[in-house]
Amino acid sequence: MQVTDLFSKFDPLIAIRKEMLSHGGRDPFSVVMEKVLSPTKAIIKGKPVILLGTYNYMGMTFDPDVIAAGEKALKEFGAGTTGSRVLNGTYQGHKACEEALKDYYGMEHAMVFSTGYQANLGMISTLAGKGEYVIIDADSHASIYDGCRLGNAEIIRFRHNSPEDLDRRLARLPKDAGKLVVLEGVYSMLGDIAPLAEMVAIAKKHDALILDDEAHGMGFFGKNGRGVFEELGLDGQIDFIVGTFSKSVGTVGGFCVSNHPQFEVLRLVCRPYVFTASLPPSVVATAEASIRKLQKANDKREHLWKNSRRLHSGLKEMGFTLGTETAQSAIIAVILPDQEQAVAMWQNLLELGLYVNLARPPATPAGMFLLRCSLCAEHSDDEVTEILAIFKKAGQATGVLAA
Amino acid sequence: MTENKAIWQQTVALIEPFNKKAVPLTAETSFATGLEWDSLTVMDFVAAVEDEFDISISMNLQAEIETVGQLVAVIEKLVNEK
Ligand SMILES: Cc1ncc(COP(=O)(O)O)c(C=O)c1O
Repeated sequence: MQVTDLFSKFDPLIAIRKEMLSHGGRDPFSVVMEKVLSPTKAIIKGKPVILLGTYNYMGMTFDPDVIAAGEKALKEFGAGTTGSRVLNGTYQGHKACEEALKDYYGMEHAMVFSTGYQANLGMISTLAGKGEYVIIDADSHASIYDGCRLGNAEIIRFRHNSPEDLDRRLARLPKDAGKLVVLEGVYSMLGDIAPLAEMVAIAKKHDALILDDEAHGMGFFGKNGRGVFEELGLDGQIDFIVGTFSKSVGTVGGFCVSNHPQFEVLRLVCRPYVFTASLPPSVVATAEASIRKLQKANDKREHLWKNSRRLHSGLKEMGFTLGTETAQSAIIAVILPDQEQAVAMWQNLLELGLYVNLARPPATPAGMFLLRCSLCAEHSDDEVTEILAIFKKAGQATGVLAA
Repeated sequence: MTENKAIWQQTVALIEPFNKKAVPLTAETSFATGLEWDSLTVMDFVAAVEDEFDISISMNLQAEIETVGQLVAVIEKLVNEK
């Protein structure tokens, strides 16, 4: 009897990768940063490169106060906690970090997870149980889909950013069943924002609780940088806000903040919180320092928005097809017709000294090939000018733009 | 059974716009291997079915449906439960 090779299911993917690399050039999924000079510059294959695909929106990774806080905690509390948050893994720093989040969001409760991915896994799978419903956007992040798979609730999908579709689907569910609607402030593939005001009103009309993932909104949407919901005047209306430290905060980790009176019980029942080690002391110390600074970072927010608008209008003028009509967030997605052009363009940009993210199906909506650019508040005006010049050159060299 | 027949016909009519290769449909036709639909097509088609019959087919339930016949049986059950 022939036993099936467990790896045979990956054959199609291996074939696609082979085809992608057969034309020579660099593999977009195995770049190594040999040195990181600043939030916007690194050395790749011995050459300086401008970073335009890091989600390091507020450039906090090299902030001197943030680094000092991390160094101090590393020396005083050691390299790691070697324990779960509910056993020996909660240090003073984890509590201080949760206090900083409560202040930042003006909310009663905060729980710090080891990653944003785990925050979504934990919140979604724990909140909605058997016979209850989780209602998600079709373009939700993988961590939201995986949170649904980890739990026992019934999962209902609605069409991306469609309040009418959400309304229709909620109306069909049993009135008395518990419901959780999961939304994202910014959808990270195309950089489009959600019509949260309409969505929140509809969810409330159907008595559903609302979880809003502000991974790509924290730091620079709203007066206090809380996220898209704040910008749209929805402070106080979201039941659970999930976020990450791996983007604007500039380190690693995830969290959920809430005003729900029973929130603290989650610490005992949320498996992705309980059954993993807590963040190292240096990480929570850098996160706390960064969050406290982000609260007052109005100048940085303004410069980031300026950068985003400049890149969007510049690329649009050159003739690139973009994910959104205007700059809705700090993600600008360039849409390319197929893998060959996307990879050629990506390789050309890197040769010319610019790193962006390449995104391909199934991560992308509607089977698109994308070059995802994310801006940083630390990109100088000159750097944005240089980025635009590189895009023009690469576009013409690859034939994506008319010469 | 007359109801089943009506649901069958309605379902087939909903499949047609997505049946790009004009695959002949039987109860055993598989969505993945017969019609060769990808996940995006499935998503659009399920939405169309839900709207036509005013029912919810959760992702959990979708995962168990492989053939046209199985789908028709699920639709019939959900319509009767309403
Ligand atoms: C929308 C969204 N949610 C959650 C996450 C997970 O964040 P983390 O990197 O902290 O695991 C990401 C990051 O990729 C994201 O884009």
